[in-house]
Amino acid sequence: MDISVTIGDLELKNPVMTASGTFGYGEEYAEFLDLSRLGAVVVKGLSLMPKEGNPPPRIVETASGMLNAIGLQNIGIERFVHEKVPFLRTYDTQIIVNFFGDSIDEYVAAAERLSAVDGIHGLEMNISCPNKQAGWCIFGTDPRVTSQVVGAVRKATRLPLIVKLSPNVTDISRMAKVAVDAGADALSVINTLTGMAIDIRTRKPKLANRTGGLSGPAIKPVAVRMVYEVYKAVNVPIIGMGGIMNAEDALEFIIAGASAVAVGTANFIHPTVSVDIIDGITAFLAQEHIADISSLRGTAHAG
Amino acid sequence: MIEVGKGTDPLLKRAFSLFRKTGDGLQILYRVRGKGTDILRNMKEGASLDMLGPLGNFYPLPPEDQTPLIISGGIGIASVFSLVERLAGRAIVFYGARTKDDLLMLKEVREHAHEVIVSTDDGSAGRKGTAADALRAFLHSHASSSAQFCVYACGPHPLLKALSQMTREHRIRAYVSMEEHMACGIGACLGCVVKTHDGYKRVCKEGPVMSAAEIVW
Repeated sequence: MDISVTIGDLELKNPVMTASGTFGYGEEYAEFLDLSRLGAVVVKGLSLMPKEGNPPPRIVETASGMLNAIGLQNIGIERFVHEKVPFLRTYDTQIIVNFFGDSIDEYVAAAERLSAVDGIHGLEMNISCPNKQAGWCIFGTDPRVTSQVVGAVRKATRLPLIVKLSPNVTDISRMAKVAVDAGADALSVINTLTGMAIDIRTRKPKLANRTGGLSGPAIKPVAVRMVYEVYKAVNVPIIGMGGIMNAEDALEFIIAGASAVAVGTANFIHPTVSVDIIDGITAFLAQEHIADISSLRGTAHAG
Repeated sequence: MIEVGKGTDPLLKRAFSLFRKTGDGLQILYRVRGKGTDILRNMKEGASLDMLGPLGNFYPLPPEDQTPLIISGGIGIASVFSLVERLAGRAIVFYGARTKDDLLMLKEVREHAHEVIVSTDDGSAGRKGTAADALRAFLHSHASSSAQFCVYACGPHPLLKALSQMTREHRIRAYVSMEEHMACGIGACLGCVVKTHDGYKRVCKEGPVMSAAEIVW
């Protein structure tokens, strides 16, 4: 049975990756599972300079989901390269670094720096953050800006470039096309949905940041629909994510059109869940007598 | 971190203090406060729950020549109880709760403590007021010998904040067990941070016990 998949030039031994921001820098999970079993490890979003993040409360549970407003806290690219990459390099898996900037120049500088590091196999661009230079509009929601920032990063790196799309747009297919036209090798679909929860006693938002990103099973139907639409719109591999808790959820994304999947919030609840999902996918393929996982991809579009 | 259901709502595991060890297991002590603890309360004996732990650190034990003062507000007793037990008769415990009925495990605390100073918000047991008020009075009357004390505390944020101020004034070393919303418990989500003079620190990993002096209150 073949469960390997390719994302641009990246060969993944299986389609299961970890979603950025839910798996730390990998080492947090190394005592629970063998990272070499994963198709890829996607680390927490990094910026050129370290970022302190938002004040607490940063997370709040909601019905079948959670809101987070961590504020992109990270140790910065230099510390990551020196303190975390040597450890990650000891594992036989693909290391994908999620990164962001608050200007196009910062995105470019971050991509250049990361591309020079041995042991980083791919880049995932977070475009769901505000552009300081252009009145804090979100890079990933204005097609013109998306095209500019992706195009600039494309010129700055030869690593496989994955663009993580924001679901907080009217037409995700259009954003997908824009990102691919600007040079994306693959798309991550989807980032979190912006949400809010309010404490009825204090009459105040529960998060210090007021709003946060909704993740978990609550967003899965939205994510599956968006993967389905993006699959119709573009011709690059899609990494499907949003509320995947088990192998059945992962398979749903693959059938909708995803080449690979990323497990996010579920890592917080069951640290070994990504490995369970790999095993569950394998078991399903055996049951259904499917020899190659790629023959399952996008089958929801048939007929 | 303890699972409270097999479904997706509630979704996350809940963080609990390890109340005490029994022969072949451990106990948690909780107050029913929301959806998760309500499910726990209605759980049948013999049901099984997924658990991840123990996680995080514990109170650093005091030097032999110091008298530990342990401050507990409300359900904070779940966290400090095992410390009281371990200090076998050395600790002076300031145990505060809303009412007499909220003073859980009081008999057991008395068994293991050198002395227990009880206070309740409504005055139904012990002195009227909070554990912080009781500590303040104590420190005032022992001001000349404050060097012999060290403080450990778990309870609501205002209590911890108040005692951190007191202990700073009296130059007493104080450790507090912090609480924040927590998703993973293993240092990955960065949800449970508290602000310290050295940046944000994770309650699950660098804590829950932190030096009161390092926290930005």
